[in-house]
Amino acid sequence: MKLIERFKQGKFVITCELGPPKGIEIEKLIDELEPLRDKVDAFNVTDLQSSVMRVGSLAACRLLKDKDLEPIMQLTCRDRNRLGLQSDVLSAAVLGIENLLCLTGDHPTLGDHPEAMPVFDLDSVQLLSAVKGLMGGKDMAGNDLEGRPPEFCLGAVVNPGADPLEPQIMKMEKKVQAGAEFFQTQAVYEVDKFALFMEKVTPVLSYESKNGAKVPVMAGIVFLKSPAMAKFMNANVAGIHVPEEIINELAGAGKEKRVEKSLEISARLIRELKDLCQGVHIMSLGWERHIPTVLEMV
Amino acid sequence: MLFTQNKPTEEVLESLGDEKNIFLLACNGCAEVCETGGEKALSAIKTELEKAGKNAASTVLVDFLCNKVLVATRLAREMDKIRQADSILVLSCGVGVQAVSKVVNKVVHPAANTVSLGGLQGLWPSDERCQACGDCALDYTGGICPITFCAKSLLNGPCGGAQDGKCEVDPEKDCGWQLIYERLQKVGRLENFKKIRTPRDHSKMLPSSELRKTALYDIEL
Repeated sequence: MKLIERFKQGKFVITCELGPPKGIEIEKLIDELEPLRDKVDAFNVTDLQSSVMRVGSLAACRLLKDKDLEPIMQLTCRDRNRLGLQSDVLSAAVLGIENLLCLTGDHPTLGDHPEAMPVFDLDSVQLLSAVKGLMGGKDMAGNDLEGRPPEFCLGAVVNPGADPLEPQIMKMEKKVQAGAEFFQTQAVYEVDKFALFMEKVTPVLSYESKNGAKVPVMAGIVFLKSPAMAKFMNANVAGIHVPEEIINELAGAGKEKRVEKSLEISARLIRELKDLCQGVHIMSLGWERHIPTVLEMV
Repeated sequence: MLFTQNKPTEEVLESLGDEKNIFLLACNGCAEVCETGGEKALSAIKTELEKAGKNAASTVLVDFLCNKVLVATRLAREMDKIRQADSILVLSCGVGVQAVSKVVNKVVHPAANTVSLGGLQGLWPSDERCQACGDCALDYTGGICPITFCAKSLLNGPCGGAQDGKCEVDPEKDCGWQLIYERLQKVGRLENFKKIRTPRDHSKMLPSSELRKTALYDIEL
């Protein structure tokens, strides 16, 4: 099912993430998603996350589909030129994948093959346009596709914590123009700041939309596993800021109660974000088993 | 030696838009050899601009526009005229255009595309770099090259990876798109940012067979 249908039903949409393994034993990871079956609307499958070589998104998406779990295929511009990207988009359609999330991708130097050639033949805006073109029956060179064209629900990403924020919003507007139907964001820990962001992007998201509908935004949730992780993200991850109060709250809980406290923080964030946006995207980083608990707490 | 080719006149006129008073600045180095700069190109483009109803009274020729010091010194004498102009049309390679945008707080337009010729750079660039992409975009980006300043050569804005204005690849390197954003804001052209740039045509980087037959190309071997 296309994710946009969930939003149209007026649902607060919940997605989470599967990072394919570095190796071919993927069954266990997929089995771990089983408890989430009726609690989560769809699963993003990352595309060589953090530029680390591993099983590809397309194959993992198909395996989810086989289990009747709804995949969102992430597609980055880092590793393939326009021939490869367009071909993989067609392949995704052939394999029944209905949701695509188009993003630039991390630079190879951040991953485990820093000597690799960075491709970036297209950027995220151009990739969205290219897929939109395929959906209209034409490839980027203007050639007609044979038979019926592929159909997708297209997603994109935005970093609401970026400073300055203006260029991010201007690019977000281009993504909407190019065909993005929903957005997932970088992790959010400051609800007030996110509220301001949502206020700023309202005109962008209403851009030429049909029936006055807005492009939905899903706030990013990353489980804080430890105070050290929060501090690390503050220092190293662009656009993420975990406020001091949250770090102290987590540290104050002590080691035994830490998991519980962490889940409590995430549930509280989701509760507070619920009125501000149309869904959340949970990046659980190995804590998939805790997602049902958090959702119950919400 | 950098090989340049004139952008089609229509493209130049389109990029100038409603601007009336155009300051013409031409390079007398490599561009003169390629006939995209020097006296000849200067007077040709002047005629075209005047035909299109523009005022192109001020023209300046500088030996090497890639030499920022030379450009700054020479243009110091022209500041009044530059202030009165709506923009500067630069007849040079991509390095020259970037050097001009560094020293003058004014909108700059490239009149030529720089085409690959063995990857040689202008003679004295500092951090101005040209990859000779064959389809100069400096017009839209305030004279800062998105291809060389952005680690991913993105054409439509920053990725989500920059932190405190620094690139995700190297925390000591400025985010190219942050520089472009600030520059466009400064020269009042933020609307350029909103235009969707179509994907690059990488075949424009290849020297054409005509070019390969000329002495300009041969001389490099």
